[in-house]
Amino acid sequence: MQLNAKIPEGKLQEKWARYKATCKLVNPNNKKKLDIIVVGTGLAGSAAAASFAELGYNVKSFCFQDTPRRAHSVAAQGGVNAAKNYQNDGDSVYRMFYDTLKGGDFRSREGNVYRLAECSLSLIDQAVAQGVPFAREYGGYLSNRSFGGVQVKRTFYARGQTGQQLLLGAYSALSRQVAAGKVKLFTRHEMLDLVMIDGKARGVIVRNLDTGELERHAAHAVVLATGGYGKIYYLSTLAMGCNGSAIWRAHKKGAGLASASWTQIHPTSLPQLGAYQSKLTLMSESLRNDGRIWVPKKENETRRPVDIPEEERDYYLERRYPAFGNLAPRDISSRAAKERIDAGYGVGPQRNAVYLDFSHSIREYGIDIIRERYGNLFSMYQKITGINAYETPMMISPAAHFSMGGLWVDYELMTTIPGLYAIGECNFSDHGANRLGANSLLQACVDGYFILPYTIGNYLADELKTGKISTDRPEFEQAEKQVVEQLTRLTTINGNRTATDYHKELGALLYDKCGLQRTKEGLEEAITRIRALRADFWKNLKVPGGHQNVNSEVEKAGRVADYLELAELMCWDALTRDESCGAHFREEYQTPEGEALRQDDKFQFVSVWEYAGPDQDPILNKEHLEFEEIKPAVRSYK
Amino acid sequence: MVDYQLDDVNPEMSFLEMLDTLNEQLVLKGEPPIEFDHDCREGICGQCGLFINGRAHGPLAATTTCQLHMRSFEDGDTIYVEPFRAKAFPIIKDLKINRSALDRIIQAGGFISTHTGDAPEANSIPIPHHVAEQAFDSAACIGCGACVATCKNSSAALFTGAKVSHLVILPQGKAEAATRVVQMVDQMEKEAFGNCTNTKACEVECPQGISADDILRMNFEYNKAVLLVDGK
Amino acid sequence: MPTLSFLSNSISRKNLMALTGLFLCLFLVIHLAGNLQLLLPPERAQTQYNFYSQLLSHNYLIKLVSYALYLSILIHALDALILTVQNWRANGAQGYVYDRRRTASAWYSRNMGLLGSLIFVFLVIHLKDFWFQYKFGVVPMDAEGHKDIYPIVVAAYSELWYVLVYVVSLLILGFHLWHGFASAFQSLGLYHSRYGKWVKYFGWFYTIVITGGFILIPLWVYFFNY
Repeated sequence: MQLNAKIPEGKLQEKWARYKATCKLVNPNNKKKLDIIVVGTGLAGSAAAASFAELGYNVKSFCFQDTPRRAHSVAAQGGVNAAKNYQNDGDSVYRMFYDTLKGGDFRSREGNVYRLAECSLSLIDQAVAQGVPFAREYGGYLSNRSFGGVQVKRTFYARGQTGQQLLLGAYSALSRQVAAGKVKLFTRHEMLDLVMIDGKARGVIVRNLDTGELERHAAHAVVLATGGYGKIYYLSTLAMGCNGSAIWRAHKKGAGLASASWTQIHPTSLPQLGAYQSKLTLMSESLRNDGRIWVPKKENETRRPVDIPEEERDYYLERRYPAFGNLAPRDISSRAAKERIDAGYGVGPQRNAVYLDFSHSIREYGIDIIRERYGNLFSMYQKITGINAYETPMMISPAAHFSMGGLWVDYELMTTIPGLYAIGECNFSDHGANRLGANSLLQACVDGYFILPYTIGNYLADELKTGKISTDRPEFEQAEKQVVEQLTRLTTINGNRTATDYHKELGALLYDKCGLQRTKEGLEEAITRIRALRADFWKNLKVPGGHQNVNSEVEKAGRVADYLELAELMCWDALTRDESCGAHFREEYQTPEGEALRQDDKFQFVSVWEYAGPDQDPILNKEHLEFEEIKPAVRSYK
Repeated sequence: MVDYQLDDVNPEMSFLEMLDTLNEQLVLKGEPPIEFDHDCREGICGQCGLFINGRAHGPLAATTTCQLHMRSFEDGDTIYVEPFRAKAFPIIKDLKINRSALDRIIQAGGFISTHTGDAPEANSIPIPHHVAEQAFDSAACIGCGACVATCKNSSAALFTGAKVSHLVILPQGKAEAATRVVQMVDQMEKEAFGNCTNTKACEVECPQGISADDILRMNFEYNKAVLLVDGK
Repeated sequence: MPTLSFLSNSISRKNLMALTGLFLCLFLVIHLAGNLQLLLPPERAQTQYNFYSQLLSHNYLIKLVSYALYLSILIHALDALILTVQNWRANGAQGYVYDRRRTASAWYSRNMGLLGSLIFVFLVIHLKDFWFQYKFGVVPMDAEGHKDIYPIVVAAYSELWYVLVYVVSLLILGFHLWHGFASAFQSLGLYHSRYGKWVKYFGWFYTIVITGGFILIPLWVYFFNY
């Protein structure tokens, strides 16, 4: 596998400008001769599809939801970062670049991260122009708040629904292009395979979820914007439909998959209550601005939290990380919570949670201020749990949240397959081994609005001579045949276990062995067990109803089939990285205080995995990370 | 209507988890699952939408189906579950419906005609706090269609009014206000939604608590556009 | 750009309902003001009411207005019919099997069509008994040489069942106005987030005065004039 990141020459601050000034362009009249497929309509997908159409390309946009506006970007609560320095608190593009790189534990590319920070400025302008109602000060200027892992206020927000508002902005831009006839929208369509012709991505096979019919679509370039695969853990903060199938099937066609095991486990989600549970609802990180996290000092405490006196409470984040306290970064906060829960100090009926307590803030600021700041979150908490968090502490617990890993892309966001691009959360991108809060919306938007519309032209400029691509070509036929075979196989095993049942077992195993903490033995065991589970899946799965009609079980089964393969790769990824960095915490590699211990001399690279065939061990390729501008340091928040 | 009996329902289960449990049982019996729409399960994507015991999104106000929990029902209750019904929302299968009519209303004009790259500096347009908050109230719509489902006339006035309001309240959206409202209202007509008769049931059932005042604002903007704004 | 087409879409149809409805509301005020003369002592009431009736039917301006009135009633009813049929269609082929939507809104707001139809029936009776009688029936003259409509009115209101029909019908009108008055302003988009509620309060005040006033007349006549 050839890995050329294609980072432009020159100083960090000039790379992107230089790229833009020298990349190939497509004449406006020629753009209408070029077709682009965009899979996914979240922030990255909608933004890219709309921007391509505005430029004049013909776009086909696909999503599995019933409308583009439901993509899971919609659920992001907290905000979006930008180095506007409106607060005059010392922020700058460079500082944001450094924070992000440090937050990612120095496991991302300098060039990409700098570009992310640079483009953040235009994003806020763009969103405001689209009508995104960001929070404002009384004088009418934009307001900011702070997020974990930084010491400035650079987060723009729209109450607790920033993702929704940004997505609706992108959706409105997309809708405008649909009306203009430049984007053809295919909702309730799921991509089941990538079609390659002469080594280039040329189309997709999709299943119309409303009819079960398979369709072929051809284009000069294919863009995947399919989001993260954290749902692989079954219990996660993701939507039920979020999946890794598109990227996994692209991976099997030759796209390298990078840092597959790097998953952010979010510290403030609602704990699991029972085996029936389908998801873990996220409570915004912003709550940690005013809430204090603690567990009882006594094991197996049975008293109600309000009855436990102050001196018998362990505010473990404040104890361990006095400088950042309750606002320590996510990976660190989650691990600290797990450490307490595992040691027997967990609270709640399942003893799997910690308290997030607002009583101090309510005493200090009054209940009205707290209600104004977090009212919607408190009422959401009450809706789900039936508990009034103004009176008794919330119970929270870590939950799988964001995939830092994903398809490997170069500086142009192209995967190792020519003509196949990956944007937003589905690429391995800019977050290194841990993503900072409010950077995911940013990355999705920036990829879609400001980067890909330039870089795709650099590729498409040479595609003009290709002409229209017929979907009757044998490559399409072959791909469709394989998809039919798989669907038929899934629906005819007729065993005795449901897809969800397998998913739950896989998720629990993965969370245990390849979640917050990993060990060599655990990961080896997991690989063996995942292989056994996969074999069992193909022997004992039950999917009634066939695939040539509406059948949500077929959809689930296909996704779980891919998860069973992707999960193994995640374990390989974690197993071969003998260091701890960010969200990847190998118990063997920690400081005496229990902090992550990087091994820069051996692991200053991105693990890029190559598919070797069914049931073959995957092949590891390495992209060495060069740091020209900064020097990796120990990531300390003490 | 088909009757299903389900035992061992935990009061802490969400309504959709109850349906999951039922579906698991059906699948094991070799029957196809009951098809229903859902995705984020935290009340923001708007994909879930069931008519439960005669009410859109069930018995609680300002709650989506996914946020409804079984503790809102009694042990032994018979629960009626239906899809959102309206001519503009054709049923796909079981409880799954097609709400693309709402998308087409947005496509008709629910946007500000800006393109990537042409935006001025964000702080060059000051928007007072209360104006931004008011715009947000309308922009919060999740497009679930409960307003249509609960309306005796199957009118999409609240959905359309919310988008018209969101964009007309903001200075960025004023330039196209007239064409936008006329086109969106005309599209609403083409999609065969009914006529609003101001019963305001929609604002009661709206999970985001969007005010029916948005409908009035839409009416005002429409009449203003027709009466006062010069034609093209 | 838009043309002012009265039936082209939901808002224009609702405008038409609102404008005709408000015109009828205005008429009700005049009508009530005139009819309050029936509360006067019988002899004075007779002279004055007959004079008033004569005035109404012989003034060209009022005649013109009365045509507008008939037209408004017809348009209001026809438009309502169109809206209702459309709304039924919009509901789709199958209604809800189990429907408790009523918990989310007031019954009279959901049943404006029914209330309106009943009012229309009442109107037919009302016009037949008085207006038709006055215009085309044989009505004796009073001392002033005006058609003596007053005894006809009083005779009608001396029947208990007739009074009851009136009271019930006027209550129906009251519920129609209770929702309709404010609703008309809402349909026209004449609202304000802060002052909008005053329209509602005024609508309620208006409804109480109009309905109460109209109900008072037959009761008064029934109990005090005979």
